[in-house]
Amino acid sequence: MAAIMIELRGLTKAFGERCAVAGLDLRVETGELMVLAGPSGCGKTTTLTMINRLTEPTAGDVRIDGVSVRDFDPVALRRRIGFVFQDVGLFPHLTAGENVGIALKLARTPKPQLNARVSEMMRRVRMPSQEFEGRFPITLSAGQRQRIGIARALAGRPSIMLMDEPFGALDPLTRDELVEEYRTLHESLNLTTLLVTHDMTEAFLLADRIAIMHQGTLVQVGTPHEIATVPANDFVRALVEHPRRRARELAWVLGASGT
Amino acid sequence: MSEAVGAAWAHLPEYLGWHVVLSLSAIGAGVLVSIPVAVVSARSAAMRGPALAFANIVQTIPGLALLALFYPLLLGLSSLTRATFGFGFRALGFLPALAALTLYSMLPVLRNTIIGLRGVDPAVRTAARAVGMTRFQELTLVDFPLAAPVVLAGIRTAAVWVIGTATLSTPVGQTSLGNYIFTGLQTENWVSVLFGCVAAALLALLVDRLLALAEAGLTRRSQIRLIASAVGLVILAGASIVPILARGGPAPLVVGTKGFDEQLILGALMEDRLRRAGFATERRDGLGSQVIFDALAANDVDVYVDYSGTIWFDDMKRGDMPSRAQILKQMTQWLARTHGIRCLGRLGFENAYAFAMRSDRAHAFHIGSLADLASHAPNMKIGGDFEFFSRPEWRAVRRRYGLNFAVERQYQPDFMYRALLSGDVDVISAFSSDGRIAQYGLKLLSDPQGALPPYDAVLLVAPAHAKDGRLIAALAPLVGSLDLKTMQRANLMVDQDMGKRTPEQVAGILDRRISDRVPARLTARGSGP
Repeated sequence: MAAIMIELRGLTKAFGERCAVAGLDLRVETGELMVLAGPSGCGKTTTLTMINRLTEPTAGDVRIDGVSVRDFDPVALRRRIGFVFQDVGLFPHLTAGENVGIALKLARTPKPQLNARVSEMMRRVRMPSQEFEGRFPITLSAGQRQRIGIARALAGRPSIMLMDEPFGALDPLTRDELVEEYRTLHESLNLTTLLVTHDMTEAFLLADRIAIMHQGTLVQVGTPHEIATVPANDFVRALVEHPRRRARELAWVLGASGT
Repeated sequence: MSEAVGAAWAHLPEYLGWHVVLSLSAIGAGVLVSIPVAVVSARSAAMRGPALAFANIVQTIPGLALLALFYPLLLGLSSLTRATFGFGFRALGFLPALAALTLYSMLPVLRNTIIGLRGVDPAVRTAARAVGMTRFQELTLVDFPLAAPVVLAGIRTAAVWVIGTATLSTPVGQTSLGNYIFTGLQTENWVSVLFGCVAAALLALLVDRLLALAEAGLTRRSQIRLIASAVGLVILAGASIVPILARGGPAPLVVGTKGFDEQLILGALMEDRLRRAGFATERRDGLGSQVIFDALAANDVDVYVDYSGTIWFDDMKRGDMPSRAQILKQMTQWLARTHGIRCLGRLGFENAYAFAMRSDRAHAFHIGSLADLASHAPNMKIGGDFEFFSRPEWRAVRRRYGLNFAVERQYQPDFMYRALLSGDVDVISAFSSDGRIAQYGLKLLSDPQGALPPYDAVLLVAPAHAKDGRLIAALAPLVGSLDLKTMQRANLMVDQDMGKRTPEQVAGILDRRISDRVPARLTARGSGP
């Protein structure tokens, strides 16, 4: 059995009376791309931010490679973990190149290594540094900004990537392109990725395994095939049925007009 | 006109230099204090409320009052440190002006910094934490760079306010461009007033443009603009300090004056004589009666001319009224005994409070004395200078003669005479040595019951110089050298509209007469009596 990279044990977060995440247990294997899926407000993002301690849990624990995150200095922990946001969160006063290099700058990486790494990361996300390094975020398209966001998260050589709806705000073509490219990056860099989305189609196309959340709890964890063929309950069945129905409708509409 | 401009130009390096040094120090100190407070306040509502309320309250205090309040505060603090640590500091001049202006500069910097920091997109701040920034890195690498344009806009506002308000530091003894304005007001030298205003406005404009350049540099990430702005400010500060440092050498003697013409003439006269005797001197003009006396006792002012009655009432708190000679003798002993102040003696003339009316009005109402005034007072308006109505002399006169005026109005002395001539007021509190009494043919009301004390002009020397033979030898010839007629003529030369002279020019004329040992008699040019 593969090693466990991220382990959530009874993870709980309450905001006042409301319990956003209730006693979550989940294991993400090393090298795995796991998608945490579920409707908006089910506690996905809160779960993600508890892993790098942007949010502190009310109860339970997170272990990275067997070590509790409570034993890490939060700043040191975050520098080891890549994080990508839906709203990108690029620093508007820094150029694309400076954004990509920020984690290295914080780690006091010498300038030549830093520049080399920035160029490499920008090449990896297909944003050649000659063209884009000096551009400010406001001059980039949404897709280009997210590519820079991914490069920034990867620059510090993390082994874990946390991604919060990273492709949600992109147009469909850009999104498909980026989903595919990220899958490639994930494999070539030996990453362990936990990605949050509410889009089941994206989950099916991208994930090694899918964890489905509903109202703060896990409903089912399994491969896309398992989820699709043996849904645990009606909620999961409804979630799975949606992309299927869309595919059927599309096939019918396109088939009818195509002939 | 061009002569007046020339005279104003001659003072520019000193006045402008001090003004720049004072303003830039205050803005710098204000920024240093405000930014940390703003950083804490931006995150804590419990801190934000009180901090902004304090800065707001400071802003509602009139600038002049704020400056004036710091003098007694620092004087108390200085005597406290002297008692506990064995050293004091000068409570007059730079420090009170700096402290007040620093407070004055805080509101815009504080408010803008808080707004700027709170305006940073929460998503960007979360990203800063997610990439592994510490709180301090978040502040310096993200929050401040993003808030910088708003912060700098606040600093620009503060700079313009401080440079304008710094003109008010003249009355607390700090030389500034305000010297043009205050002495210009006293001597009705409108060229000087205008010169001071324009100079302050141009300076404010220049500093604002330099800071605007820095703001543009930050928003457009233009290093050239940032460097140009910094170089400009450094040159400005450097060029201002040079004339002040160049004056260096031994600590100059401080010649103090109160805020009217006669005092400016006597100040210039003392300065002339001290300089000829080899002393470096500097002036503190336009100080209030109590401020200047306390400053002398504390050695912040080294020499000035006061009036026996003022000290008798204000400082000795005496209510009785012995003879003129007795008052002079007891005052001299009291000054030496309680403060170590040396009274060199009478200059020769008296400058008493005297009630004056237009002759035609006095004649029409058959008023010749304060006693005659009592029955008419309820239908009359009286004008006084800023101090008069709160002075013990006024209370004594009111009580003795039962005076109850319908209206009491305060004026700057020049405007007080105009108000009397135009009929806006019926009676004014004039000064007996004022040349305008004779010029305008005013009727002085007699004081049959002796409610007003004598006001012999006396030369006072600070405790630190009480035994300074060289200083005393330089000033001693002034004792007994100026009779009332001479002083009235001298005052008129500064006050009159035609053939107006500066206090320095008149002091020069008096000085030559005294040095030549010729009895100082002057003839006023123009339409003197």
